[in-house]
Amino acid sequence: MSPTADRRLDGRCPSGEMASRWTRHKFDLDLINPANRRRFHIVVVGTGLAGASAAASLAEMGYRVSALCIQDSPRRAHSIAAQGGINAAKAYRNDGDSVHRLFYDTVKGGDFRARESNVHRLAEVSNQIIDQCVALGVPFAREYGGTLANRSFGGAQVARTFYARGQTGQQLLLGAYGALMRQVHAGRVTLLPRREMVELVQVGGVARGIIARNLISGEYERHAADAVLLCTGGYGNVFRLSTNAQASNVTASWRCHRRGAFFANPCYTQIHPTCIPVSGDHQSKLTLMSESLRNDGRVWVPSLAGDERPPSDIPEGERDYYLERRYPSFGNLVPRDVASRAAKRVCDDGFGVGATGTAVYLDFADAIGRDSRAAVEGRYGNLFQMYEMITGEDPYRVPMRIFPAVHYTMGGLWVDYNLQTTIPGLFALGEANFSDHGANRLGASALMQGLADGTFVIPATITAHLAGRTVEPVGPDAPAFGEAEAAARERDERILSVRGGSTVSTLHRELGLCLWNQVGMSRTEQGLREAIGRVRDLRERFWNDVRVPGEANHLNPSLEHAGRLADFLEFAELLATDALQREESCGGHFREEHQTGEGEALRNDEAFCHVAAWEHDEGGAVRHEEPLSFEEVHLVTRSYK
Amino acid sequence: MGASPTTLRLTLHVWRQASRDLPGAFEVHHLEGISVDMSFLEMLDVLNEGLTSQGREPFCFDHDCREGICGMCSLVINGQVHGPDQEITTCQLHMRHFADGDTIVVEPFRARALPVVRDLVVDRSAFDRIIAEGGYISTDAGSAPEGNALPISTAAADEAMDAAACIGCAGCVAACPNASAMLFTAAKVSHLAQLPQGEPERERRVLAMVERMDREGFGGCTNERECQAACPKGISVAHIARLNREFLRSSVLGRS
Ligand SMILES: Cc1cc2nc3c(=O)[nH]c(=O)nc-3n(C[C@H](O)[C@H](O)[C@H](O)COP(=O)(O)OP(=O)(O)OC[C@H]3O[C@@H](n4cnc5c(N)ncnc54)[C@H](O)[C@@H]3O)c2cc1C
Ligand code: FES
Repeated sequence: MSPTADRRLDGRCPSGEMASRWTRHKFDLDLINPANRRRFHIVVVGTGLAGASAAASLAEMGYRVSALCIQDSPRRAHSIAAQGGINAAKAYRNDGDSVHRLFYDTVKGGDFRARESNVHRLAEVSNQIIDQCVALGVPFAREYGGTLANRSFGGAQVARTFYARGQTGQQLLLGAYGALMRQVHAGRVTLLPRREMVELVQVGGVARGIIARNLISGEYERHAADAVLLCTGGYGNVFRLSTNAQASNVTASWRCHRRGAFFANPCYTQIHPTCIPVSGDHQSKLTLMSESLRNDGRVWVPSLAGDERPPSDIPEGERDYYLERRYPSFGNLVPRDVASRAAKRVCDDGFGVGATGTAVYLDFADAIGRDSRAAVEGRYGNLFQMYEMITGEDPYRVPMRIFPAVHYTMGGLWVDYNLQTTIPGLFALGEANFSDHGANRLGASALMQGLADGTFVIPATITAHLAGRTVEPVGPDAPAFGEAEAAARERDERILSVRGGSTVSTLHRELGLCLWNQVGMSRTEQGLREAIGRVRDLRERFWNDVRVPGEANHLNPSLEHAGRLADFLEFAELLATDALQREESCGGHFREEHQTGEGEALRNDEAFCHVAAWEHDEGGAVRHEEPLSFEEVHLVTRSYK
Repeated sequence: MGASPTTLRLTLHVWRQASRDLPGAFEVHHLEGISVDMSFLEMLDVLNEGLTSQGREPFCFDHDCREGICGMCSLVINGQVHGPDQEITTCQLHMRHFADGDTIVVEPFRARALPVVRDLVVDRSAFDRIIAEGGYISTDAGSAPEGNALPISTAAADEAMDAAACIGCAGCVAACPNASAMLFTAAKVSHLAQLPQGEPERERRVLAMVERMDREGFGGCTNERECQAACPKGISVAHIARLNREFLRSSVLGRS
């Protein structure tokens, strides 16, 4: 740790040989004997892959667990929507893959903004995850001989992605959900669905429970615990339109941030290049079209700006296959961030297609001509069907129209190697932490990380917290619970009492548009400053003019949405501020001032090879740095030319 | 889309019910300018926005992923579970399936075991309780053998996947004249019965899940096949036949 770094930002990474760090670390951690574990109660917030696997694994070890989620069942968490697959370094294909290669690819793919120790651990446990999922009955795709099948995903040079049709997230989550329900049946997990965590409760600076709103009855409930795990997913919906589920939010993380948890790298957001474009103001979500489509589809726009002819009338010579032109060696398979920015650029320059001019074509005519329609249907049939259902157009005849959309957030609560935040006893897992993906996440690695954190990392590291201190019993009538409950209650009452003229959706839409335009794929100092001003105005408008019907004592989706928007409105400023302060381009963060002559991202390793971790302060967030060092993978510039 | 209109005028009859124990009724609303590109839920968003602006309460309905995978959305639309189109969820239904001037009736899923929570939202927690009885394979983290230790034929993996595709929306229950949860339960039993990993708990699983299903107040299956017709994932009643075989076999073996 460098002397300038904040003491609270000690990553607690083991040192020594990379490949044995995790094993040595586990050995160094204190243990709790099985009979004593039942004395401890752990609250797990969120039941996506990270939360469901953590709750189940901790209960299997003997801890008492309460698991909360917003939806009516843990099985419906946003993880359910993941399509493409999950990576592991099994090297079943005999193609030179290894733990080291997965580690290397992930560090490089993240544009050198993740901790090497964490990433190595992730690659290491990836194989155990596959074993565990198979044992839980996940129906992964198989080869004819009965062994597990793999595919290459997101431009990887090895085939290391395991999948269950186009529903990998669903099948993994249902596996984790089954394990969780088994523990519910055994009486070790108390299931609390339709609950939203609205406050963190600390006693003596240590996380000792939460306040949750029962979304059906409206009651504020006190859940005391010996440790709290946030597994609450990503904050992509700060942009309003994203590929995330509607309930995805920043609330749990943000309330913890306000109570002392540092927020790391909020500006690292991932924009996925292949989504169905916005069709109008009514749009409520953006649907992802799997990345695999770029294996066969060719991306193009008309060579003539503003060309309004239907695509079939545009002759070959008047089309610009801009990815193939700009990136001859990777072509249509360049990484997500590169493909997204290129699409934005052609649309900004007036070459976009479709009614709104914000789309590019993804054309399968060549693939159909080369391999037959049946072959293309075999590969992408369900995706083509989904596209037609949403747009009413037949992609076998007319090229798809696609545009980038917000998809994943690499930023999140800062955690050390043990996944502990800067608040002792508060841990963050899965997409909610600032994770192992640096400034850009590779395809099929979020599912891997969620399950790694929940199944293998936290069961080992939580003991370090619980065994390392005498945990005084704290009950729900402790004063800290009263204070936190009052704060939550008051906040909702304040929102309800405004009774102004703007609906929550209207304000959220305005916030989303502002961020998308100025804090989205491409950022400038001036744009970011404007966005910050705009966000502050919107925040003021929210508190003076929001209209939320109904009361707090019943199921009230408008109130839920309003509470989440209020937090997004605070968080958005931090996101933009982080983007402003990071004077470089890296991964998903692109500052126009920092690019090469050819328009590619330009990192500044001298000044920014660090994690930015923000501390809440009413007078303005304070930026701290955790330096990153690269011992195994040497800092290089990514090139896809 | 030729000369067909790009926006619609609609009359909606939407179920309003303050809570489980209070009686409900339909409310009539008129909407104009509904784009044919909207999804059904986006149309309801427009209705709710309008109500909110008028100082009235919006309708509660469940939804989350809005892409047909989480199983959160429900609704009976003009008497049909998940609306008129085949093999999709309500959130995947688009307004181009309706005509200008249409009247649309929107109701919650109705079944004794799925009580209404508010308006169009129902309580499906009985499904979680059925799964808790045995809809899993009991393997603690860390104890799994190497993933390729047990080969599984592509046919078995495919059939297991067909069954595992269930999203737990409860549309099958709402469509069944007996409000039976047989297709849901059968999908999980069938998924796990095809896999060697599911073998050790095979008998116990089916007996416990079926018993729980009965205790939750779901009706019996009389082969109406309405469940299959309504299922957004096209899950086949062949899985019910497999459940019946598994049940018989397990009862005969007398293990539970
Ligand atoms: C369309 C799509 C496709 C994807 N495909 C892939 C893929 O192929 N491969 C891959 O690796 N990754 C993929 N991803 C990314 C991946 O799915 C997610 O990053 C990952 O599933 C997140 O898991 P999680 O457990 O961290 O959180 P989530 O699954 O988002 O779960 C969050 C949980 O927290 C709960 N929650 C949130 N806030 C609160 C609160 N305040 N109180 C109580 N509960 C709360 C929610 O109810 C939920 O249970 C995809 C993402 C999308 C959007
Ligand atoms: S909202 Fe998820 S299936 Fe409809």
